[in-house]
Amino acid sequence: MTQEILLAEYHKKIKEAFEVFDHEANNTVDVREIGTIIRSLGCCPSEGELHDLIAEVEEEEPTGYIRFEKFLPVMTRILLERRYRPIPEDLLLEAFEVLDSSKRGFLLKEELIKYMTEEGEPFSQEEMEEMLSAAIHPESNSIHYKDYITMMVIDES
Amino acid sequence: MGSGTSAQHHFAFQNAEKAFKAAALIQRWYRRYKARLETRRQCTWHIFQSIEYAGQQDQVKLHDFFSYLVDHFSPSSNHERDFLDRMFTEERFLQDPEMEKFGDYESIEVPDNYTGPHLSFPLLPDHATALVEAFRLKQQLHARYVLNLLHETRKHLIQLPNINRVSTCYSEEVTVCGDLHGQLDDLIFIFYKNGLPSPERAYVFNGDFVDRGKDSVEILMVLFAFMLVYPKEFHLNRGNHEDHLVNLRYGFTKEVMHKYKTHGKKILKILQDVFCWLPLATLVDEKVLILHGGVSDVTDLELLAKLDRHKIVSTMRRKKRKKNGKQAKKEQAHQASSAGSPAPWFLPQSRFLPASPRRLQAHGAGRAASVPCGAPGDAQALALQVRRSVDLELDRCRQQAGFPVSRSKEEAPLGAPEADSEAEEPLEPTLEEWRQVVDILWSDPMAQEGCKANTVRGGGCYFGPNITEQLLQKYNLQFLIRSHECKPEGYEFCHSRKVLTIFSASNYYEVGSNRGAYVKLGPALTPYIVQYQANKVTHMLSMRQRISRVEESALRALREKLFAHSSDLLGEFKKHDTDKTGLITLSDWAEAVEAVLPLGLPWQMLRPQLVNSSPDNTLEYKSWLGDLAKEQLNHENIQSSLLETLYRNRSNLETIFRIIDRDHSGFISLDEFRQTWKLFGSHMNIDITDDCICDLARSIDFNKDGHIDINEFLEAFRLVEQSCSEGTASARPQATNTNDSSCSEPGTH
Repeated sequence: MTQEILLAEYHKKIKEAFEVFDHEANNTVDVREIGTIIRSLGCCPSEGELHDLIAEVEEEEPTGYIRFEKFLPVMTRILLERRYRPIPEDLLLEAFEVLDSSKRGFLLKEELIKYMTEEGEPFSQEEMEEMLSAAIHPESNSIHYKDYITMMVIDES
Repeated sequence: MGSGTSAQHHFAFQNAEKAFKAAALIQRWYRRYKARLETRRQCTWHIFQSIEYAGQQDQVKLHDFFSYLVDHFSPSSNHERDFLDRMFTEERFLQDPEMEKFGDYESIEVPDNYTGPHLSFPLLPDHATALVEAFRLKQQLHARYVLNLLHETRKHLIQLPNINRVSTCYSEEVTVCGDLHGQLDDLIFIFYKNGLPSPERAYVFNGDFVDRGKDSVEILMVLFAFMLVYPKEFHLNRGNHEDHLVNLRYGFTKEVMHKYKTHGKKILKILQDVFCWLPLATLVDEKVLILHGGVSDVTDLELLAKLDRHKIVSTMRRKKRKKNGKQAKKEQAHQASSAGSPAPWFLPQSRFLPASPRRLQAHGAGRAASVPCGAPGDAQALALQVRRSVDLELDRCRQQAGFPVSRSKEEAPLGAPEADSEAEEPLEPTLEEWRQVVDILWSDPMAQEGCKANTVRGGGCYFGPNITEQLLQKYNLQFLIRSHECKPEGYEFCHSRKVLTIFSASNYYEVGSNRGAYVKLGPALTPYIVQYQANKVTHMLSMRQRISRVEESALRALREKLFAHSSDLLGEFKKHDTDKTGLITLSDWAEAVEAVLPLGLPWQMLRPQLVNSSPDNTLEYKSWLGDLAKEQLNHENIQSSLLETLYRNRSNLETIFRIIDRDHSGFISLDEFRQTWKLFGSHMNIDITDDCICDLARSIDFNKDGHIDINEFLEAFRLVEQSCSEGTASARPQATNTNDSSCSEPGTH
């Protein structure tokens, strides 16, 4: 695919993703939805990286809204440079195994909560509850992460 | 101390760092996963909304079509006139004794084996509570009690003003509920969670009690019962669905006829009247205005308070006053220019085709200047042009239909009344009055300043924050509560929290699609919102599962729509396939689909759910269309193009049938069918002689009982479409009783 066609494709994709959240149909979205939009386009930035990105696309004096005109070039560059690539399944599994120091194959609910809300870029209570609702085995009160990952990955495709 | 310990520390530190990084990675991954879920949810929402609005536009278009025919078609024979009159006259101007006859319930006997709830009047609170319980147990109220209740309801409503007043001095709290749309579970839940109505617990139900859901009748019974029991504390506002014309399409009429059969007609008749008597708005402490849709730049509460609301039978069609020619012309010009009725879509000139809700709003974006709802200047010229071409078109129709064509279709001479007009002409609403009511029942808020025609709904306006502010200041109000629009969370604030949308039908599109909500106001008038989702199953599902279910439902609906437009899609695809390879790119696919189905959906995003692509990102479009068809076809060996037509027109055809079948008998006479077919068929440019229509009508009556029922009716359209597309007298796919047709036109047996 030539560069031109690729760019055109990217532009269309970005515009579509943006419009899904442009509730007032005036080419702006709430800044709090930018993360969702970027992620829906296949990227996987950390919260810190997201924070920096938002600073790039915000107005000089932040209005709480991001305009499409500012978003498009930044997002296009991200896609072209293939930045913030998604995390492959095996790396994800490794990460869980790191947390599961005794290599049991599962994490207890309390352990998961502790890690997710105290380490890394901590989850909010809402995020934690949501993850638990799908991940935790009600009987064992634990998450069998290998199965969990498999389930989530299937769900994606 | 020593290297051992520092190594331990180092090791510990490394571990901690690893754990930190691992957690961060998992969180990063999870947040992306969540974002994708959220995006899917938004897309699904868009799908449902755009299909819903597209459906509403169909309804409006259909209605416009018939209305224009009736308004501009000057019947040249009494026979014609009678037929049209019968088709569209809303015979609600029954005098009271006649209404008594319709409400006559005393002659209806309740059989001994009836196990449902009994009502006696005057109603007591216990009766109303018992009614809720009975419905919860899936019992049905006997027709006699239904009619009795409606009769009493009507008596009560007549005394009420257009704008009711509630005070938080008397009732400590006021609970406001939005659209219920026949979803009894939600109503029962609200009463369960918030408490039954009482003198201390006032309720306002803000319209749209019926249609779509399956228990509209029961909802009405409960609401009316409580209104009779607590007249000072229980209030109802009319919504745009409290309208017999809207009910024809959206399921309420069907529900009544199905549940009550022979008594259904009576019930519908008196309901038509009851709906007109519903108040238009409620005011809490003179500060909070509650009405169903919204407001416009010309909303005049004083006018609304004074008008005779009973005259507004339906907001879909204004029955015009019979004036002398000059007046009528002026009014028609005025109406053609008013925001509520854009130039008719079916006329050659009009380019007007409402697109998706999003696109329309986009047009308004950036325009700071307020646009008044009445169109400017050359409206009269347009109206004249419109009228001339309508006349031409109608002449053509009438020629084809075999009616004599009179060349000079001038206005009747001034002052000459129309032949056999009724002796007493009940007063009709003025254009202004009708418009005021349409505005408050149909309008939606928008983010941009100004006020413009609500072309998506076909009536009312989009009103901006300045319009809200203007109104609140003019009448010294604090804020507005309205309903009319489904919201994912069951409620939504806008216009700097001056407008609150409250929607009480949870899972409106599909199980898991949205929450319902109600709002409570205390003396401080601070809104306190309670949300719910009346379906136990959804609570147990994870967010992911909930979204998947709703998504599946939306995609199914979307695929159905795509299938219904297969031939158009094929045409568009071919345009992109210039080299005739049978392949197009996925990008082309998205463009083509949007061109055929202007729903404003993110097709690229939805594409993976709708299309399997090959590795080189191309699509064999013919086989894709074939797959769509396979999914929709059932056992009958029907050619897909016919099924397609049927699908596309199915809801319209049903509505047309029900409009013709005015007495809701479930049958239309062959003659009525013939007459309607002439008008409708000629508009659809189907060349067919009068003889053929007769033969067609007779042959459609499969069981030869002199009447056509709904299935025969649908079959008729299918057959004629086929004969036109095939252009031969070839065999139809289904065997029917035929008589030899004497006509030379293609295959219209």
